[in-house]
Amino acid sequence: MLFPTTSPPETPPRVVITGAGIITALGPGWKTNAAGFRTGRTAFGPVSLFDVSRQRAKQAAEVDLPVALPSTRLSAKQIARLDRAGVMLLLAIQEAWQQSGWEPAENLPLVLGTTAGGMSFGEAYFRQAVQAPHDHRHQATRAIHYQPQVQALLALEALGSTGPVTIVSNACASGGNAIGHAWELIRYGQAERVLTGGYDALTQLVFSGFDALQALSTTVCRPFDARRDGLALGEGAAVMALETLESARRRDATILGELIGYGTSIDQHHLTQPHPRGDATLTVMKQACAVAGVTPDDIDYLNAHGTGTALNDSSEAIAIGHWAGPRAATLPVSSTKADIGHLLGAAGAVEAVICLMTLCEQWLPPETMFEVPDPACRFPIVHKPQDARVNVVLSNSFGFGGVNASLILRRWA
Amino acid sequence: MSRIFVAGMGAVSPAGWKLADLRQALRNGEPLPVQTLQRPGWQKPLRTRPIPNPAERLEFLAHPRLRRASPITHYVVAAALEATAGLRASRDSNLRLGLVICLQSGCVNYSCRFFEETLKDPATASPLLFPETVFAAPASHLAAVLGNISLASSLVGDPAAFLQGVALGAQWLEENRVDACVIIGAEEINWILADALWHLERPAILTAGAGALCLCREPEWSTGVELAAITDAHTWSSRKNRTQAACAMREQLSQSVFLKPGRAERPLGPAAQQRRPATARDSELLCDGIGSSPRVDAAEFAAWRDWTGPRLSPKRILGEGLMAAAAWQCVAACDAIAGGSFAAAHVALIGPNQQAMGARFVRGDSDISRLSAGPSPGNIRA
Repeated sequence: MLFPTTSPPETPPRVVITGAGIITALGPGWKTNAAGFRTGRTAFGPVSLFDVSRQRAKQAAEVDLPVALPSTRLSAKQIARLDRAGVMLLLAIQEAWQQSGWEPAENLPLVLGTTAGGMSFGEAYFRQAVQAPHDHRHQATRAIHYQPQVQALLALEALGSTGPVTIVSNACASGGNAIGHAWELIRYGQAERVLTGGYDALTQLVFSGFDALQALSTTVCRPFDARRDGLALGEGAAVMALETLESARRRDATILGELIGYGTSIDQHHLTQPHPRGDATLTVMKQACAVAGVTPDDIDYLNAHGTGTALNDSSEAIAIGHWAGPRAATLPVSSTKADIGHLLGAAGAVEAVICLMTLCEQWLPPETMFEVPDPACRFPIVHKPQDARVNVVLSNSFGFGGVNASLILRRWA
Repeated sequence: MSRIFVAGMGAVSPAGWKLADLRQALRNGEPLPVQTLQRPGWQKPLRTRPIPNPAERLEFLAHPRLRRASPITHYVVAAALEATAGLRASRDSNLRLGLVICLQSGCVNYSCRFFEETLKDPATASPLLFPETVFAAPASHLAAVLGNISLASSLVGDPAAFLQGVALGAQWLEENRVDACVIIGAEEINWILADALWHLERPAILTAGAGALCLCREPEWSTGVELAAITDAHTWSSRKNRTQAACAMREQLSQSVFLKPGRAERPLGPAAQQRRPATARDSELLCDGIGSSPRVDAAEFAAWRDWTGPRLSPKRILGEGLMAAAAWQCVAACDAIAGGSFAAAHVALIGPNQQAMGARFVRGDSDISRLSAGPSPGNIRA
């Protein structure tokens, strides 16, 4: 039963990560992405998915999808019903699944964050619906597969599993909130294992929306740079296999890292703008640290939300400065949106997996296009590839609407 | 394990902007009038049951955050304000409120308008519309109106996901992260949504609105209604079809029902006791999701084929409101208990493409226990 549930354990179980899958414009899979982030490779190019000739911005970080999908339990008919977002979700979830070594299960929870789900189906539906003469073909299929819960169930089906699906849609914090929600399910004894992450594909509506808001950079995405002029959009997916430490040890599984803290709150200042002082950002970072039992001095790297817009970065910079205190002067910070763009509902999940990479491989992802620090930044921006000793990392995600998330991960050694 | 009570309910429906309107329409038992909705490129109009204009101007519309908000946000705010009216009137402003908004289609009006503008000329597409297209917009606006939201989340799914939202709210209360939590299911009408429904469930008549339940831990804040059980999410797969999932949900919900005399962990407050009529029947209500489509309703009929008790089917009166309809089912069930008509009520939510879930609400001082066998062992243990 979802209610009443078991009483939560007196001491919440430790939650470890035993699988991770990722796909971004840098490519599919952990190895490709790790190699790209480690060297600060950027993945932007001209938009090819739809016409941007009448848009201010012309660039984005598009994923080059593989021609053939890996073998799964989906039928050819089911695969044909996947859109770009669904394919990326499938690739990420399968990588995480294989790495975790889990067996198919009848009751495996899946918690995903997304902002658009199968938006490309929605766009196709609209285009066809307004055409004359009227054509009903494929519209019913589009109406069904537009919905993210249907994509999520297909992803589970691909693994030979089923289970409860929860779709969190808190705009650009969705991925972070989804992982946090999954972590809480395990901590409160409601599940022993959960697959969780986020996914979003580039779509014309979303690109046009950010362009209309004049939030897209027309030059280069440079988070926290004094000359920044906006964000760049990307697409992708990331999925993590979370389980209790006891479960992982019982299976003798390879542990990639530990999720030790999560904070979430809502900034009521404005629908699209953060509070200038970053109050809600400060709150979530403090919450996450309190739950994790760490202080800013313990954080070795902070993966910022860092979109590259004037308002987000100044607000976040002020909040990080207040939260970190004297530690800010030496705390390495970067935003990987400078490399792969803003992945919206997938951002929090992809950035959590990047944080996991830094813990496993001991390097920091640089913003190679960063040049002139914003005066609000009291912390150093990682702008060159570098190896580093990384034991604890914090990742921020903030969304339209004001819901925020901070995740803290620890190295498993 | 905390007991969770219903502190208030709210509803915006094709019957009107108040729970009383919904209650009256369900009492009358007559399907509400249908209107036609034009769609571009097709002569045949679509059938809907729109929300009537409010009898008087809604005060909350003066809030600066709602100037450009879409209809779904208006429904969300109206339902939430009604559900939290009692708490807001009697509690201090430091109340920590949680907010869970559940949607299936969400902000389709502004999404359609913005995409239409994009296709015409993206260079002139309105920047005012785009932020209102995101699923999280109604939660953001409501948080700004209420002002004391400490936790918020928007969930997307088929209508059974409303009970996932209720379970999340109950979890936040049990963890003492909030003092009360309002859970809202909402949708709005648009030609493209009516068109999609025409493709998927032809006899259905699209409607819109919102339903809200405000949950709390304190018995003295309650309306006399207690949350007794929420089943697991019984999801469809290649190995479990919709009817099998519905039957599994029904079976699990039935197992949560048995008597436990003399339970009196905490007394109800005087206000709640006064609200309980002495003549209340000790019978149970089934509030189901039966609508007008035999094909879609078949799973639900199969799951409850042996049910001989009273039954309420709000969709037959109101139409297909997707997530809003799921919320109305819960609101109607709780309202029937709070009004003294029933001692308990089952709610069956059997969504079209994800899952079947059920819930049981009971009179807060009822001797019909929520569960006496203790909690189940980890509902989603993998």
